[in-house]
Amino acid sequence: MTVQDAATLRARRQWPMPKQAVPGAPLLEVEDLSVRFRMPGGPSVKAVDGVSFRLEDGEAMGLAGESGCGKTTTALSLVRLLPANGRISSGSVRLFGIDLVPKTERQMARYRWREISMVFQGAMNALNPVKRVGDQIAEPIEIRLGQPRGAAQKRAAELLDLVGIPEKRASAYPHELSGGMRQRAMIAMALACDPALVIGDEPTTALDVMVQAQILALLERLRRDLGLSLMLITHDLSVIAETCDRVMIMYAGRVAEEGPVRRLFSAPRHPYTAKLLSSFPNIRADRRTLDTIPGSPPDLRKPPPGCRFAPRCAHAMPVCTEEAPTEVRFADGVRVACHLFPPGAQGVVASGVAASGIGGGLVRAAALPSAGGRP
Amino acid sequence: MSGRYLLQKLARAVLTIIVIVLLNFLLFRAMPGSPARIASHHPGVTQAAIDQLAARWGLDKPLIPDQLVAYVNATLTGDFGLSYQFRGEPVTEVIGDRFWPTMILIGLGELFAIIIGLALGAYAGWRRGSAVDRVGGGISLVLYSMPYFVIGMPLIIVFAAGLGWFPTSGMFDAGATYASGLDQLLDFAHHLVLPLTTVTLGLVGAYSILMRSAIMETRSEDYITTARAKGLTDGRVLRTHAFPNALLPMVTIIAIDLGYVVAGAITAEVVFNWPGIGTLTVDALQARDYPVLQGIFLLLSFTVVLANLVADLVYGFLDPRVRV
Repeated sequence: MTVQDAATLRARRQWPMPKQAVPGAPLLEVEDLSVRFRMPGGPSVKAVDGVSFRLEDGEAMGLAGESGCGKTTTALSLVRLLPANGRISSGSVRLFGIDLVPKTERQMARYRWREISMVFQGAMNALNPVKRVGDQIAEPIEIRLGQPRGAAQKRAAELLDLVGIPEKRASAYPHELSGGMRQRAMIAMALACDPALVIGDEPTTALDVMVQAQILALLERLRRDLGLSLMLITHDLSVIAETCDRVMIMYAGRVAEEGPVRRLFSAPRHPYTAKLLSSFPNIRADRRTLDTIPGSPPDLRKPPPGCRFAPRCAHAMPVCTEEAPTEVRFADGVRVACHLFPPGAQGVVASGVAASGIGGGLVRAAALPSAGGRP
Repeated sequence: MSGRYLLQKLARAVLTIIVIVLLNFLLFRAMPGSPARIASHHPGVTQAAIDQLAARWGLDKPLIPDQLVAYVNATLTGDFGLSYQFRGEPVTEVIGDRFWPTMILIGLGELFAIIIGLALGAYAGWRRGSAVDRVGGGISLVLYSMPYFVIGMPLIIVFAAGLGWFPTSGMFDAGATYASGLDQLLDFAHHLVLPLTTVTLGLVGAYSILMRSAIMETRSEDYITTARAKGLTDGRVLRTHAFPNALLPMVTIIAIDLGYVVAGAITAEVVFNWPGIGTLTVDALQARDYPVLQGIFLLLSFTVVLANLVADLVYGFLDPRVRV
């Protein structure tokens, strides 16, 4: 996405930009975000530790990693919907250049749904079981945008139509809809206030493969038609490959690798990314036993020093268990935090700068150690 | 709500009532003592009256079918016999006189307890660990564990005997003459304050504790996160999403409780000598006034069944998922 595109997309907004928006600032810039969970009678859990990334207008970014790696926590902390014992301990979340972290709860409410809305996993539980779906979609239109009830209902019906649900189903209750329909309704609800960014937290996980494909096609269409910016959290790397421009792989609360989907999937640099990709079936490849990663993610109450993946890494060196790797950026836009790629290594263009934009030239990282590529 | 659901629930209620009527019949036939023996303790009951009783209920004939048929026939026509204790007054009249005082006392008590208890419980559960939660929770638990007479006694000692603000017992001043209906109503209200407070306090603890846990359970539901993600204010999330959903399990609990409105009143009524069904039950037990007891039992069972039926219907109205 170029700046020109961002300007076009912002001009298409139905509602004015937030007053404090910094002109020229990217859609979302997260810097050094850390989230802790207080635990009864013990050290707190560092669920997210120094995560940085950036999202441009109209861009779709996938967020992948094992369960408990901090994907959902990262997403929820953007709108500060963490559970009661969770707290952002440091870092900034800048939406259009406005830092949301110091905002009070009341101020924060202004940005929820109108700027960042969410599609949750398993819409059966995410939709209120005793309210009609049309009313649930109309609710934010009425309350957040101050539209009269009739207009909100009308808009809700239009949104249902947009996601492929007949308008008359607006009067249905969630349990009267199929799983796919509920997820569509959830997506319609997420679009209610014309948000700048939609976060999908495993939006297709609970669905069967056919319905999954329909929902992904729907998201793809909405992205194209509405110029939606998307953040997609999923275990399913194929979903990311299909829908996203960029992908961020997280491990134990930190970013392992991030970059353009094609680059990252065809030539993973971080050993964890490589393992993650090889533990995923490939429909075109020969039948083979899927790779697994020995061991389990570390206890985040006492994360190991150094690289958190080191205990499970086949390429671990002495330095890996002592020092946390620095993030380095390659010319092709991929950034990696791994000691195999120290600052100053071949192909590395910058180090320690996380949330900066994608680099210009195509200086291909030449020498990829054995960690790269698929086995 | 579909007609089938309605019919199903109605049929179940009717069936339950039939079973209750039969049990009620058997229970009192199984108890010791016969009308003849009990009547003989009451001077002035002639042998002719006893014979008339026996003939009427078929007491000299077999239990089944003759006595049962006589009983069911009488019950269906609203004839519950005559009270032994109240000089042969019909049971329906004896119970009828005592019904409204109980309904007013316990009905209002339930109403206040539901409003206060649900509001307090919802707030405490939503703001878990707040001052309201801690103080309210403690008071609720204490009240929940106290029977009516333990709540009522101190109230009488302080506000009636001590400060003299309210009368100690009864529903009206003894032998009072009233200038107007309003005067009489004021006297009634004056007598009602302490018993009503007792009943309300006795019920409010349970409701607030149950509502608190219902809200806490609802609070962790995904759709509450959705509501918060929508940028709704905390109060609105509580009012429009958490409260209505937490209310669902409460409807059943409240309905079952309402069924015991009459039964639950006994101790509260006795403490304040409130002329309701509760005191009548105690009096009838002491006097072995079986016809009256039989009538009361039937009334109690009937209110329980009715309250459950209402709960089912209200639930079906509130929760779209049960509208099958």
